[in-house]
Amino acid sequence: MNTPVAVVRPFRRLRARGAGRRLLRGLVGVVVVLLLGELVGRAGLVDRSFLPPSSTVLAHAGRLVTDGGFLGDVAFTLGAWASGLLVACVIAVPAGVLFGSVPVVDSAARVLVEFLRPIPAVALVPLVLLIVADQGEMERVLAAYAAIWPILINTIYGAGDVDPLARDMARCFGLSRLAILVRVWLPSVAPFVATGVRLGSSVALIVTISTELISGGGGNGLGQFIFDASGNPDGAADVFAAVVVTGALGLLLDVLLRYGERRAFRWHFERLEAAG
Amino acid sequence: MTTNADLEAAGRRRVRVALTGVALRWSVFLAAVGLWQLVTTTLTPEDYAPYFPPPSTIARTLYETWFSGPVSHAFLTPNAIDHLLPSLGRLLGGWALAAAIGIPVGVALGRSRHALDYVQPLIHFGRSIPATTLIPVFIVLFKFSTAMRVSVIVFGVVWPILLNAIDGARRVEPAHLDIARVFRMSRPVRLWLIVVPAAAPRIFAGLRISLSLSIILMVTSELVGATDGVGFFLSNAKKGFELPEMWSAIVLLGIVGYLLNTALLAVERRVLGWQFNAEEVR
Repeated sequence: MNTPVAVVRPFRRLRARGAGRRLLRGLVGVVVVLLLGELVGRAGLVDRSFLPPSSTVLAHAGRLVTDGGFLGDVAFTLGAWASGLLVACVIAVPAGVLFGSVPVVDSAARVLVEFLRPIPAVALVPLVLLIVADQGEMERVLAAYAAIWPILINTIYGAGDVDPLARDMARCFGLSRLAILVRVWLPSVAPFVATGVRLGSSVALIVTISTELISGGGGNGLGQFIFDASGNPDGAADVFAAVVVTGALGLLLDVLLRYGERRAFRWHFERLEAAG
Repeated sequence: MTTNADLEAAGRRRVRVALTGVALRWSVFLAAVGLWQLVTTTLTPEDYAPYFPPPSTIARTLYETWFSGPVSHAFLTPNAIDHLLPSLGRLLGGWALAAAIGIPVGVALGRSRHALDYVQPLIHFGRSIPATTLIPVFIVLFKFSTAMRVSVIVFGVVWPILLNAIDGARRVEPAHLDIARVFRMSRPVRLWLIVVPAAAPRIFAGLRISLSLSIILMVTSELVGATDGVGFFLSNAKKGFELPEMWSAIVLLGIVGYLLNTALLAVERRVLGWQFNAEEVR
């Protein structure tokens, strides 16, 4: 559609003003909650060593993000998360394309996914604890297991969504198999894979940290840090601070992946918005 | 024109498709289990064999450990009564509580642009905190109690319900609301007759995501300092090196997840039946 530029501009300005107002309101919300936390912490409704006021938590969080030992834990967790996610991609993307493109395999695979997916990754922690001795290895295995499902399901879905008309047309034009794969399949499947990876990434992070929490003290990683701090009589502020940092980390990863997704597959989202 | 005969044929066809679906589903399942049996009995190296008992052993253990009880207890063994039922109670309780909080708050936020602006960053931050990291916090607040485990579940699963309810309530067809206003429907009537039905599909989607999430959180919360529950049974089996028992609990969790999801889908299909019909007509 050709909308005259002169009409678009004021709209853009309007939208920018709306975004600014939204940001301001969001900030107000955050400040109110922080103040509430401060009040509850100071009022002594709950023991100060259980529920420290927001300022204490934030001060601890500030100290943690400059602390070498803590950053080492964060790096350890992120390392396990990233390699688990990578393994999941390497397994799930080709499998998903294969399953999604062959109808018979597709329905069989859907059945297996349906039966395997309900088994929560954390239920495998005790088993993997027995088999794998190394903590990082264990986290990688479990993160990969958990992340495989969303990636696989989205890839299958995407492979089934390839426009048959486009595929047939490419074939009519005498494109080679490889060319069809690159020009028709890839652009069609990639956005779905990206969505699967984003979902898988947050699941993998949760599983990695949970595994660290469950597997007991003495090791590395964010979960271990929280576990150790919670055993400390005045570690509550550290626990809360680490939880805040974890939340910020999760949010950051999510925002980055979302942004990357939107940028890389702009056409896909425009099509979705136009359709819906 | 569709005649009665056409409709009947279509009905028969649908039944046939459904039946082949069921047949396919179970034959794939049986083939996979057969393969699993083959791999664990013949192909697994000696060192790993104790860790991977064949499915026949797991099935026997599953039956003996959980479902070989007397008829008067619905075939549940004392084990199942001591561990499975408390787990299920906490799972469903936490999930229901999260729904009771998430749906009304989400629908309210979805209808009010201003309120949503104020809390949106908080919601996204809360959603990003892995609920399991709060286990130590809840342990401090509630000790090793049921309240601690339920609050872990509630905190973890309220976000998908909330976000989906917000999204659903925001997507109400404006024309429908206008018509309702023209007919002078009161606010509560509008809410109940227009907004809630329009948001229902998204709400159910959120409920489904959070149901599988609550199983994960239930197990995790029971792996840490519990005295009962399937998670506790799992960690106990690990301490005693009872691999078949451990596997039976893992499979049991899979069955529970599968059944709960199927049940929710059935409810969804009943409640949202009008919508599926509307789509078919279109």
